[in-house]
Amino acid sequence: MAATAVLAALRGFFGRFRWRPQAPALAGGVRGAARSAAAGRPDYDLLVIGGGSGGLACAKEAAQLGKKVAVVDYVEPSPRGTRWGVGGTCVNVGCIPKKLMHHAALLGGMIRDAPLYGWGVPQQVPHDWSKMAEAVQNYVKSLNWGHRVQLQERKVSYFNMKASFVDEHVVRGVTKGGKETLLSAKHIVIATGGRPRYPTEIEGALEHGITSDDIFWLKESPGKTLVVGGSYVALECAGFLTGLGLDTTVMIRSIPLRGFDQQMSALVTDYMASHGTRFLRGCTVVSVKRLLDSQLQVTWKDLASGQEGMDTFNTVLWAVGRVAETRNLDLEKAGVNTNPKSKKILVDAREATSVPHIYAIGDTAEGRPELTPTAIMAGRLLAQRLCGQSKDLMDYDNVPTTVFTPLEYGCVGLSEEAAVARHGADHVEVYHAYYKPLEFTVAERDASQCYIKMVCLRKPPKPVLGLHFLGPNAGEVTQGFALGIKCGASYAQVMRTVGIHPTCAEEVTKLRITKRSGMDPTVTGC
Amino acid sequence: MSSLPGRRTRHSPPETSGLSSEAREELRRRLQGLIEDNRVMIFSKSYCPHSKRVKELFSSLGVEYNILELDQVDDGANVQEVLSEITNQRTVPNIFVNKVHMGGCDRTFKAHQSGLLQKLLQKESTYDYDLIVIGGGSGGLACAQEAAILGKKVMVLDFVVPTPQGTSWGLGGTCVNVGCIPKKLMHQAALLGQALRDSRKFGWEYNQQVKHNWEIMTEAIQNHIGSLNWSYGLSLKEKSVTYVNSYGEFVEHHKIKATNRKGQETYYTAAKFVIATGARPRYLEIQGDKEYCITSDDLFSLPYCPGKTLVVGASYVALECAGFLAGVGLDVTVMVRSILLRGFDQEMAEKVGSYMEQHGVKFLRKFVPVMVQKLEKGSPGKLKVVAKSTQEPETIEGVYNTVLLAIGRESSTRKIGLEKIGVKISEKSGKIPVNDIEQTNVPYVYAVGDVLDGKLELTPVAIQAGKLLARRLFGGRSEKCNYINVPTTVFTPLEYGCCGLSEEKAIEIYKKENLEVYHTLFWPLEWTIAGRENNTCYAKIICNKVDNNRVIGLHILGPNAGEVTQGFAAAMKCGITKQLLDDTIGIHPTCGEVFTTLEITKASGLDITQKGC
Repeated sequence: MAATAVLAALRGFFGRFRWRPQAPALAGGVRGAARSAAAGRPDYDLLVIGGGSGGLACAKEAAQLGKKVAVVDYVEPSPRGTRWGVGGTCVNVGCIPKKLMHHAALLGGMIRDAPLYGWGVPQQVPHDWSKMAEAVQNYVKSLNWGHRVQLQERKVSYFNMKASFVDEHVVRGVTKGGKETLLSAKHIVIATGGRPRYPTEIEGALEHGITSDDIFWLKESPGKTLVVGGSYVALECAGFLTGLGLDTTVMIRSIPLRGFDQQMSALVTDYMASHGTRFLRGCTVVSVKRLLDSQLQVTWKDLASGQEGMDTFNTVLWAVGRVAETRNLDLEKAGVNTNPKSKKILVDAREATSVPHIYAIGDTAEGRPELTPTAIMAGRLLAQRLCGQSKDLMDYDNVPTTVFTPLEYGCVGLSEEAAVARHGADHVEVYHAYYKPLEFTVAERDASQCYIKMVCLRKPPKPVLGLHFLGPNAGEVTQGFALGIKCGASYAQVMRTVGIHPTCAEEVTKLRITKRSGMDPTVTGC
Repeated sequence: MSSLPGRRTRHSPPETSGLSSEAREELRRRLQGLIEDNRVMIFSKSYCPHSKRVKELFSSLGVEYNILELDQVDDGANVQEVLSEITNQRTVPNIFVNKVHMGGCDRTFKAHQSGLLQKLLQKESTYDYDLIVIGGGSGGLACAQEAAILGKKVMVLDFVVPTPQGTSWGLGGTCVNVGCIPKKLMHQAALLGQALRDSRKFGWEYNQQVKHNWEIMTEAIQNHIGSLNWSYGLSLKEKSVTYVNSYGEFVEHHKIKATNRKGQETYYTAAKFVIATGARPRYLEIQGDKEYCITSDDLFSLPYCPGKTLVVGASYVALECAGFLAGVGLDVTVMVRSILLRGFDQEMAEKVGSYMEQHGVKFLRKFVPVMVQKLEKGSPGKLKVVAKSTQEPETIEGVYNTVLLAIGRESSTRKIGLEKIGVKISEKSGKIPVNDIEQTNVPYVYAVGDVLDGKLELTPVAIQAGKLLARRLFGGRSEKCNYINVPTTVFTPLEYGCCGLSEEKAIEIYKKENLEVYHTLFWPLEWTIAGRENNTCYAKIICNKVDNNRVIGLHILGPNAGEVTQGFAAAMKCGITKQLLDDTIGIHPTCGEVFTTLEITKASGLDITQKGC
């Protein structure tokens, strides 16, 4: 809880709160909880391991429904020593700070647009990283606080402890100071999420690199940055760093945005490249060395030519994927099975693991989308089922998402590749169009990558399988259509929807050109 | 009253007594449409051997024909009745060739033997054009181009009558020139002003006071509009639509007079006409209004900054203009006679107004101007406005640089010779009543867009109506324009998007006890750091409890409301329920996701404010 310690006001509150649900700890640090468990009366109806989006949603819902609930949550500091408060990845080192920094970058674009709209803004406006970072960090801390208050309001016991299984009903919690507590529960939910992966095989990676766990908490500008990886995290970070005026390079070994529609991915990176992000494709880092002037010297290899390249950077950010946080949980003591490769926990449709009363939700569960809203909904539905309130299972199909790259990419449903793989090219019809957002005209912005495609089944009534939107406010645009696709909207239904003029979203209702026709989908005229 | 089983008591005339006069008129129009639209039209019965012979005759001649089988349609008997009124012939087959009534089977064969039939068939359209569209706005152009794509000979007559201030513009109608496009761009300019203020909180550093230059903005916007005018012209040319920049006026049936800028008159004829002349801002008819006031027709190309401005009216045009004028730093007052955004959800309308008020727009409620006087010349000059209270005998005065009237719009239908051919208009509004296929009371005359009575004044609606009309007239399609659940967005400083019913309208139709309203206030993530106010953005949905909690109205007040609303409108086409909204996963962090987590009902009275930190 070092991050929260910054707020002096919090300290007293936490101190009081932490111990309230528990009797004073025994000298050995181990309480007699296990004894009561052995006697058949567990301490809690539900114990949630992990205080992120999914875990908190599940805990709060169960408590609301009258269950006795505890959350055990601990943030292992990053190798750079960054730590943060309750709320998990999304709040602290994910969606929230990411979108805010993305917005800061977008504001930079608006400042450049402003003179064309008549505003007398200076041509070169510098950006102060520290000021932005402080504002973002303070906001995140306010969210940490809010989560703590909500837990308290719903009478959820919160333990800031590192959890590991003792057996299938008992979890050991260890505080930062080394004090141990045993907690027993009837049901246990694992929601420990994931953390960025370090490519430890690369010389200097661990010593000199940072990850998305650190970038949002930097007090000083990262300066000239090398972002390694082609994940959405990599592209989003590189996007806002470029937008804030930093010299930014992205190094990708193979393809960007794996798992996403590849035509869209290419447009996302094209836009970034045309807006100043440098891309090194087909390259891998060989080593990272610290120079005397504290700069980082990075050597890489071009996989195709075998040639080596070298440059110096102030910061190297690894965004080469995430690892599920399951290794320190002693899952084997409870008999919970994981995928040996991904380390993720195997779950069924009810989110149950190999042990029926132990569940896993969110990024730590195998085969689930790593998205906050899915974790939240899965957590809430799970709590409702555990409390006998509902039998509804989480539906992981047609989950919409948006990549907040400089030009945002929103999508729901199948990528074109997936649709073709599932139904065959002959049975898929793709409608598409390039468009120019009205606001781009006066701003003299290039709209070459503003593009929409809708993937449908070819057979009438042509149900929509996937929608892909690249342009400003893609998240806002995609949300409503996601609902339409969930309801099984057909191509005709979308076309019959009257547009809202002038918006970007209305372009979705005007898609007439099929890829099959070979007609030109570019903007004709203005 | 006791009655024997199987015997009904009759309170109304028996069904067999035929149609109401309205329905009869409607059917007559439909039949005349069929007769006009088809080179050969055969009214037949599928089992009739005579009908069969006639069909074989036309097939052998290689002539395309359209058939209506009276025995295969629900209202066949009525069709037969109306046909006998039109033709004095009660039997089938009943045949029309090039709009000429041929008669039955025998007369058709006789005409074939005498060569009359061939002559009639050869007689291609006697008109100059298949279609003349009056008005080159969104609806008219969409209809004209679609008809041209379908191979028809089409003309567009388009002429912009200059405003009392002398403002005029190019091809494309209201939306492109003096509506949606410049409005949204000026709104964007205002939003950028807000973004500039926000940007300091996000670490962007500049100290100087940022000023706005009206001329730079207006010139950039007018340049963009110029390029749109040009591309519309090009697009008409590409599709071989004849464009004539003249004022169109009916002189007799199927004939129109076109008067150009120089006063030269030309006459054109067409088989069909579409009226798409749109509407223009209304004036107050008070002393000084036409001389000194401007309207939205003038504002977007105003060569000088309007300065301190009084906006008269509370239409969406009024509030949008007031919003962006204030947003670019001007002193703005809105004078409202009664309510804001009539026809829109009033709770939302008040929230729109109160946000504007908090952001510096002054409101003078329940006042109407009675006189405008010029105090000083200049660009802008100085005007004195005298206004009186609508409630008390109170009068107030104010001095403004500019007075913008936005008190509603008047259809441009009164000076286009409609009375010459008998097209009915609503006396009060000047709007044209049409049936569900956009047909006026004169069967070959249709209308789309803002001139329509009781329809929505929205560009995309006009475009859709125009396209579908062309496809029905010339493309053998039958799909009608659906005016229900049309989404729209008011681009006020805080945007307001909606689709479906307002709460008032929903209560009126479904009764309060059958409705559940879910609502919440929300704080856009980007507003937090910017230090903008919490508990201002608002979302609500109105559900019909007796229909599975179906969503019948959706309203959002917040940034990018237009972008948010569009997709939900598509979803409402599929009949979404509250459950489906709940089952939909949000996109985090967006404003749109607010609709997936609505929990609090209005009826519960629970607090919807969001707690600060």
